[in-house]
Amino acid sequence: MSRTAENYRGYNFAYLDEQTKRMIRRAILKAIAIPGYQVPFASREMPMPYGWGTGGVQVTAAILGPSDVLKVIDQGADDTTNAVSIRQFFEKTAGVETTTETGKASVIQTRHRIPEAKLQANQVLVYQVPIPEPLRFLEPRETETRTLHALAEYGLMHVRLYEDIAQHGHIAKTYAYPVLVADRYVMDPSPIPKFDNPKMHESAALQLFGAGREKRIYAVPPHTKVVSLDFEDHPFEATKFEQPCALCGAKDSYLDEVITDDRGGRMFVCSDTHHCETRRCEGHLGPLGMPVTEAAE
Amino acid sequence: MSLAGLQNPVLDQQATFRAVMQALAEPGHAVPAGAVAGEASPLGPVARAIALSLLDFEVQFHLSPSLASAEGDLTFHTGSRRAARPDEAEFAFLDLRHDALDLASFAQGTPEYPDRSTTLVLRVESFAEGNPLTLAGPGIPGSRKCRIAGLPVDFAAQWGANAARSPLGVDLIFTTSEAVLGLPRSTRIIEEAR
Repeated sequence: MSRTAENYRGYNFAYLDEQTKRMIRRAILKAIAIPGYQVPFASREMPMPYGWGTGGVQVTAAILGPSDVLKVIDQGADDTTNAVSIRQFFEKTAGVETTTETGKASVIQTRHRIPEAKLQANQVLVYQVPIPEPLRFLEPRETETRTLHALAEYGLMHVRLYEDIAQHGHIAKTYAYPVLVADRYVMDPSPIPKFDNPKMHESAALQLFGAGREKRIYAVPPHTKVVSLDFEDHPFEATKFEQPCALCGAKDSYLDEVITDDRGGRMFVCSDTHHCETRRCEGHLGPLGMPVTEAAE
Repeated sequence: MSLAGLQNPVLDQQATFRAVMQALAEPGHAVPAGAVAGEASPLGPVARAIALSLLDFEVQFHLSPSLASAEGDLTFHTGSRRAARPDEAEFAFLDLRHDALDLASFAQGTPEYPDRSTTLVLRVESFAEGNPLTLAGPGIPGSRKCRIAGLPVDFAAQWGANAARSPLGVDLIFTTSEAVLGLPRSTRIIEEAR
């Protein structure tokens, strides 16, 4: 990639000014030292609306260097609007190499998914977070939730999960499923499907979370205990799918439902586009899939 | 004393930060410094690069007696001020080859804001000598051994007290003249060989 930040005169490397980066970097270091604790930071206005990943973008901009290779996914896909525009943003302002290959990336910014491929040491996963406070919908006052975290008083959350069991017979929460990090802080893993929760546990990669509107940064260091909250008689269970991916036949990946016509036709395909492509290139084929060579023509 | 700042401020700050970030994410693992700055500084080239990368007008620093002469340099290059007391500083710089260490004298954070604590940047001779420490905690698969030269004899006891305050407490960044090694408050020393 020959494009450099010089092409965008007037912008600093990776868009943010150095003072902002230092402030974010100091917050990231604290976040890593206190796994699961939400560090307040002076979130900036970014050239995109809140809700489009301003927190993740600020964290990525603060850690990114010229030798990094960046991957951006939105709901697992490299080719949706949010992912494409954030990738282009950093191509333009930082001149970094970008990729869609999970294994090649050193920094992966994500909205609402963890890639299917196992992450490696020296990879950093940056989550875009809408509501960082797991207790927010149970207790609206920041002063109170802060006290609850200080006292490690998470009974409210257990009651919330218990009410699900009382009403539905099982814990009905399917995304943003709360986790306990390093036996201390209850953390919102961002709206990833609970299918992805087990991947956070003892992950080899560093996980950073940025919430732009809510002005919080938090982190899970590599090889850290991350436990989904549950009860002895109602243990946590990751989502399972009845059918394989229609394109690549994968039985162990998270599937999106895609409507194919207006007569009720539908198919279920991998939400991780790179995972699906890789499998199809390797020759795996689902019930509706075509061999890759044909599909390319 | 006046020393030049970082060669390439934007990229050197980024590289320095990433080394420190990796050091804290993988406690006990010596990480090559991202950049160095100013051989002549009493802080040493790595600790000074960290100072120039993380200090600015929003934070205050503390200097140990043996590093007091660095005040003008840091103030000039970063706009940061020297704190009146150690527990008012966001960052503290000590040289363990000359200075005593008292972790409890620094800011420990509060139960509501455990992040409002001091980060200590400590100069040591090397990561090849010293009693082998066995570490465990977040960032460490199983356990990890490391050596830090010239730790005070009561270091394990002080660190145990720091861990007992968790999630409050201070975080340590050790520096030599070419590498950094992190010891965040979440790390426990499970064995100290003598």
